[in-house]
Amino acid sequence: MSTIKNQEVPILREIEPLLPDDIANIKDRIVSSIYQQAEDISARVVKTENSYQASLEARLDGILTSRWLGFPIMLLLLTVVLWITITGANYPSQLLASGLFWIEGHLLHLFSTLGAPAWLTGILIQGMYRSLAWVVSVMLPPMAIFFPLFTLLEDLGYLPRVAFNMDNLFRRAGAHGKQCLTMCMGFGCNAAGVTSCRIIDSPRERLIAILTNTFSICNGRFPTLIALATIFMGTLIARAYSSILATLVVVAIIMTGILTTLLVSYFLSRTLLRGVPSFFVLELPPFRKPQLGQILIRSLLDRTLFVLWRAIVIAAPAGALTWILANSFVADTSVFALIAGWLDPLGQLMGMDGIILIAFLLGLPANEIILPILIMGYLSVGTMLELDSINALRLLLLDNGWTWITALCVMLFSLLHFPCGTTLYTIFKETHSARWTIVAALLPLALGILVTSMVNQGAQLIMR
Amino acid sequence: MTKIVISDPLSLLNIPVGGSARVKTILTIGANRRRLLDLGLIPGSQVEVIRRSPAGNPTAYLIKGTVIALRNEDARQILVEEADYVMSFTHEGSERRIYD
Amino acid sequence: MLCLSHMKDQKGEYMIETASLPIQGQEHTGNFVVALAGNPNVGKSTVFNRLTGLNQHTGNWPGKTVIKAEGTFSHRNQRYTLVDLPGTYSLHASSSDEQVARDFICFSRPDITAVVCDATCLERNLNLVLQILEITDQVVLCVNLLDEAERKKIHVDTAMLAHQLGIPVVGTAARSGRGLSKLKDVLHDMVIGKIATTPRQVVYDQELETSINEIEKRLTPYLPNWINSRWVTLRALEGDFNILEYIACNRPGNCPQQILPEEVALCLQ
Ligand SMILES: Nc1nc2c(ncn2[C@@H]2O[C@H](COP(=O)(O)OP(=O)(O)OP(=O)(O)O)[C@@H](O)[C@H]2O)c(=O)[nH]1
Ligand SMILES: [Mg+2]
Repeated sequence: MSTIKNQEVPILREIEPLLPDDIANIKDRIVSSIYQQAEDISARVVKTENSYQASLEARLDGILTSRWLGFPIMLLLLTVVLWITITGANYPSQLLASGLFWIEGHLLHLFSTLGAPAWLTGILIQGMYRSLAWVVSVMLPPMAIFFPLFTLLEDLGYLPRVAFNMDNLFRRAGAHGKQCLTMCMGFGCNAAGVTSCRIIDSPRERLIAILTNTFSICNGRFPTLIALATIFMGTLIARAYSSILATLVVVAIIMTGILTTLLVSYFLSRTLLRGVPSFFVLELPPFRKPQLGQILIRSLLDRTLFVLWRAIVIAAPAGALTWILANSFVADTSVFALIAGWLDPLGQLMGMDGIILIAFLLGLPANEIILPILIMGYLSVGTMLELDSINALRLLLLDNGWTWITALCVMLFSLLHFPCGTTLYTIFKETHSARWTIVAALLPLALGILVTSMVNQGAQLIMR
Repeated sequence: MTKIVISDPLSLLNIPVGGSARVKTILTIGANRRRLLDLGLIPGSQVEVIRRSPAGNPTAYLIKGTVIALRNEDARQILVEEADYVMSFTHEGSERRIYD
Repeated sequence: MLCLSHMKDQKGEYMIETASLPIQGQEHTGNFVVALAGNPNVGKSTVFNRLTGLNQHTGNWPGKTVIKAEGTFSHRNQRYTLVDLPGTYSLHASSSDEQVARDFICFSRPDITAVVCDATCLERNLNLVLQILEITDQVVLCVNLLDEAERKKIHVDTAMLAHQLGIPVVGTAARSGRGLSKLKDVLHDMVIGKIATTPRQVVYDQELETSINEIEKRLTPYLPNWINSRWVTLRALEGDFNILEYIACNRPGNCPQQILPEEVALCLQ
């Protein structure tokens, strides 16, 4: 620390003898005087017949944080929000997909009429446009539904109640109660979640919150989970219940994430970041009536379109890159297939395959593009050439040997792998430490490899 | 109706839900003490115990018109004065406070 | 414009990080800088959005804003830079979001500090207001959430409050925009000097006041004239010597360059 030693500062030498001995007491006296005057002023200017106990708030709080209903209500709200998101997104997603791929057909036609070279058509249409189309149709509808619902709960004042309910778990994990709030922010975006960790005073607990934020499924990963859950889990049972089962699967993955957060926090606060829980104060603000119109506009414009734009900016070049990799050949195999081949043994161990792992690696800049890259990867090595609907996606995945175990492992790995590039950069900025940034990347990755391998082996045993 | 008489030393944690007390001494030191003072938890101020979270920890208190949650181990550091209150248990078994 | 912003780490050491902050006291060719300070969750970002037309995220929980945001607006041919700060309960910040607010209020010398407070729990909010009045006298108080207060049958006498505090007080309900044009008028009147403030100073007990006077006399020669010497004295009395060291070494060419946060050093030990 480059602060000057006390004796070097003349200003301090001069006043030192004048200072009283009981500084702690002085602090108290200062605050007390200020508060006394605040009390005095407020007594003169405020007239009230208000009492907290009689308020609607007190009654609502009594239910939302009650001993028996507190946790069930949280779980129920989570499930309902996701169920609305999944059912609501289903149809618009299909509509968007068919619309966008209809345009693709026309673009291809246009390019061939103009006599464009195959590589150009490949990079622009099969690479860029196609991954954009997938990003938009898979991501836009769920986000457009999820964000407003989440903001609604946030504006109502529900988040601090969740933190109030959950604090005991975090306390036992040696973490800070406000980590729950940062976790909630992480559901929107992990980079934002990491920044919000500034509300935690204790450096140790703040670092724990930063390192575990990636276990909150962010909006870049939600849509992939939803798509996979709908495609795979949804078909296991009758159609009428399929969206409910898909919802439950996503809820289970989120709960796994929260459990992982708690376990990893527990582990960290007993090893790398040893220490006792620090002080925790949390204000529970009054419930406020959310402004519906405002929420709709703001979450669509500021959040949904913002995140979508970010995804698009990254998806286009990533799509082009994937196409180039898939269409540059070394001897007889494409570079893409070559890399996939190398990664395949590890992928198989984890219940997945080489192409899935490439998709995760190329998805480092933004998790949103994992699914499009995956699709393009399969298209480039397989026989199927056109893919123009969600149902075709299912067939493609089945064609490539996917089972529900594969889907489950992909979902788990999407929960447990390195955070996206933006989040890692934010972690670096917040901690000023390359070492902690590396820990933040490797810790979830190691967990992911471990968990998917175990789940895969276990599931194989059961299925046999 | 049960009249509860509480003897010193008494911490905020000893006050049952629905009860209220006056802050006497804060044992917390350093930055955390400051934090409490800034929230209005100063000797002499009135605190009401609102509710406990599902697991019983933390507990929410009404301090200067706002609801603040504190962990029980921190509340134990806040010594309070016996406030004049009577606990009565209504037939539903819920606690209700009656000012004298 | 001097380019310095100030950070204080967990141990209470002041640190400096480069960022551009306007400094008052120089002749005004550009915008007047108005800082939005206040307790958490009182509607600072809502006021900010209303005035600047920007879209800072808001949410009903304390701690939504953790980094400061800037925006501009014009009123009666005068341009203002509005700075939305994270919420803080007092100027004795311990978490890094509160430090951002504290450092801006204490050291960046905004032209005007607009303190937003919650009409439904005025007393606690006044704690911060009185602390801010110890640093600067260019303060306007914005008593927000009036609609909520009315619903809860809480009445705040803003005229009386203004009289008590010696600064202009505007009642607002930022979400619906109520009172904000009045706020802009007041800001305008303050920058053109039509409104002069006479902020109420907290009076401490006799013994404390005596030490304050004595120490203040000794300290003043060492302090730059922009800083309030009574405030510095109080911090010294509380044992916060870092602020003195900070001021003592915060002369051009003598700035600590260290920006490694203590948390990393602590955790990597
Ligand atoms: N009813 C009502 N609600 C308001 C008013 N002003 C703000 N709110 C709501 O109060 C909540 C908090 O507002 P913010 O602007 O985020 O508060 P803030 O002071 O910036 O909070 P921090 O950034 O956490 O310090 C939001 O849900 C707003 O919609 C108001 O005048 N009336
Ligand atoms: Mg804000």
